[in-house]
Amino acid sequence: MKKPIEKETRAYMTGNEVVAWAALAAQADIMYGYPITPQNEIMHYWTRLAPQFEREFLQTEDEASAGFTTLGGVMAGRRSFTGTSGPGHMIMQEAMCMAEMMRLPLVSIIQQRGGPSTATVIYSQQESTLACYGGNGEGFRVVYSTCNHQELFDYTIKAFNTAWKHFFPVFVLGDGYQAKMREPVTLYDPEARGVQMIPTKPLLGLPGTPGVDRDPAQLRNTYNTEEELFAVVEDLRKAYEEIVPQVAEYQTYDCDDCEYLIIAHGVVTRTAQEAVKNLRAKGIKAGHFRPVTLRPLAADALLPIACRAKKILVAESALGQVKRMITDGIYGCTTPIETLYKPGEGIYTEEIEAKVLAMAKGE
Amino acid sequence: MSKTVKIAIAGEGGQGVQAIAKILTEAAYGEGKEVLYIPNFGVEQRGGVSVAFVQISPEKISALKFQKADTVIALSARAVRRTMQYVDENSIFIYDSSIEGVAEEVAELQNTAKKVLSIPALQIVSEELHPRVFNMLIMGAVIGATKVVSLDGAYAALEHNLGAKFQKDPSLRDMNRNAIQRGYDLIEL
Amino acid sequence: MSESKVVKAVPKMPQSWRQETKAHKFCPGCGHGMILKALGEVVDELGIQDRLVFVCDIGCSLLAWDLFNADGVQTHHGRATPVATGLKRANPDLICIAYMGDGGGYAIGAQHLVNACVRNERITVLLANNTNYAMTGGQMAPTSLIGQKTETSPYGRDLAKQGSPMKGPEMVAAITGPGAYSARATVAKYKQMKSYIKKAVLNQMEGRGFSFVECLSACPTNWKTNAKQTWAFLEEQMGAEFPVGEKKGGDCNE
Repeated sequence: MKKPIEKETRAYMTGNEVVAWAALAAQADIMYGYPITPQNEIMHYWTRLAPQFEREFLQTEDEASAGFTTLGGVMAGRRSFTGTSGPGHMIMQEAMCMAEMMRLPLVSIIQQRGGPSTATVIYSQQESTLACYGGNGEGFRVVYSTCNHQELFDYTIKAFNTAWKHFFPVFVLGDGYQAKMREPVTLYDPEARGVQMIPTKPLLGLPGTPGVDRDPAQLRNTYNTEEELFAVVEDLRKAYEEIVPQVAEYQTYDCDDCEYLIIAHGVVTRTAQEAVKNLRAKGIKAGHFRPVTLRPLAADALLPIACRAKKILVAESALGQVKRMITDGIYGCTTPIETLYKPGEGIYTEEIEAKVLAMAKGE
Repeated sequence: MSKTVKIAIAGEGGQGVQAIAKILTEAAYGEGKEVLYIPNFGVEQRGGVSVAFVQISPEKISALKFQKADTVIALSARAVRRTMQYVDENSIFIYDSSIEGVAEEVAELQNTAKKVLSIPALQIVSEELHPRVFNMLIMGAVIGATKVVSLDGAYAALEHNLGAKFQKDPSLRDMNRNAIQRGYDLIEL
Repeated sequence: MSESKVVKAVPKMPQSWRQETKAHKFCPGCGHGMILKALGEVVDELGIQDRLVFVCDIGCSLLAWDLFNADGVQTHHGRATPVATGLKRANPDLICIAYMGDGGGYAIGAQHLVNACVRNERITVLLANNTNYAMTGGQMAPTSLIGQKTETSPYGRDLAKQGSPMKGPEMVAAITGPGAYSARATVAKYKQMKSYIKKAVLNQMEGRGFSFVECLSACPTNWKTNAKQTWAFLEEQMGAEFPVGEKKGGDCNE
């Protein structure tokens, strides 16, 4: 099959287009999806590009179906993915939860929009809790929060490998800004950069006749007794904890000597780092810690930095969804934490700067 | 401070605001600059004021949103009211002289902005060019006010976007280029 | 006790059944065992055990999850249809059979059934209609008869308030495109039921379109009926409301 990206190409496009190209580059076989803004153009580009590379698409009747058909796709051993947002993300959590229980390598691209409810189709960071802990589960998921188009490309590719290596559902958490904005990105073939796509394998429809050549493959999510379930969840917990050191990712920016630590993820990273630059120019020792994976959180890396700082500022376009994960992750750290919450709205550099200046003055 | 040029372009749906931003940023991208373009979008996709937020820079662009723009262009009365918030003492505010009912707002802008320019864009395209090239004339004005790209860069991006149409009717190419040039020449700072 | 001279014939089980987990989980008198036996024989006759993926919905139908010596998966309530759809779309060589009850097919999974029909998905849906939600304790189902007393319609299903029983196979016939197969069978007519199921599976194997068989089934536990009453309810009352036969494809309009 011909490669969608022969050589590295610099391009100027929207984030949704980036995701479609990344899925192609990652050798995704099939996308299942249902329209919702601001995720739609992932499907628009995929449906235009996919037939050229013998890939498939199914538009389903709703997000429940998009989620469960994607699960069908991964059970058949195909690199399958879906994308959604906001209210659709809520509905799709049902399938994501089944993926968590049955360890299905589901890949979902979430372009967060405003909430609660229908709210806006624009932007937010209000789907962190949902992505990390949605459903009636225990959060056995991997959630990457991206901050630019390059990362949207890189982490969409990575999401497939994380999913098929570890067999937990994987989320790429973008947002409406990233979905709709245009900025430059370098598209590449993963193999040309030494990134091998982890081979997929069927979980059902295995070779041989069940009962004759092998036992049947029968995937369960229903158990009869408390003890039986507890054992299953314990196994899930252990398996998940084992992958944490391999999977947890973070980024530090001027954290070595920082007194005022800004914690922000996703696109707020960009604002936070500009604020750090400006604050440093004013003589304030600011730094930025960015959880790249919201789940699992790189708490071990964050804890010493957080403890060394004089004060911490958590900035997010939500009402403390990631802050709660942070405080849980750095339990025992006594550094005071202040917050800058703008649920459903973008955060300006000036706002972070002003907040840190006020913190430095002891206001 | 930052070398990033921040531009807000606003108008009514159908005035071609997003096309201006797309072609302008493609031109800057083509010239090797860092660019970021966020289209304004909402549930009110039809019938609302359309705003394009553009940043062009020699360096990587950090924050997605800006509070104040270097250049603001408003193409309707509602667009003037909507975009006043992006103006401060460093901003150039440009609006079409045919816009009515904004005398108060313009007076206020004259106090806040570095410069307020009224340009007869609509009049020129109606009388001398063609209404279809209104947005390209505006793009020319934006380039004149910001110098973020060269006119050649703009022509190349124009070609990329409308090349197929130009092949069918080469006179369209000249008409669009003329509009960009006319718009560019309108700005005297 | 003296040895009996009469050796009772042990009912022959389908080859594709898994001997260790045969349908012992269903209540006495339940219709699921017969539907699954018919399906098992069809699987044997068509030789598709190695290509079959048996997708179970929630409810009593889930109890069949390990009945076959075939690959299979448990899903959520109503979601067997999309899981089967996703499997089939990703690997058309598989033979995907979604097995569900009337609640899973006609209530919580109705939108999936409707749209799988509209898209003429090349899957087979096998649905047991026993006029109630049995696993959860006998609540009213979309297929409960007018006047039928259930846990959530203790005074009887009221036409004015709760509407009339859902006619699945007729709907499927009406909204599917060419090549689809739709039929209503009953466990009271085993041979006919098996022939319908076989046609449905063949329809998928030949890639003709969506295939659907609703099987009228008995639920003496929740109906609170003895053997005679069970049979009467199934054959007379349900039979009157739900006409058995092929609704699309098969012999009815070829």
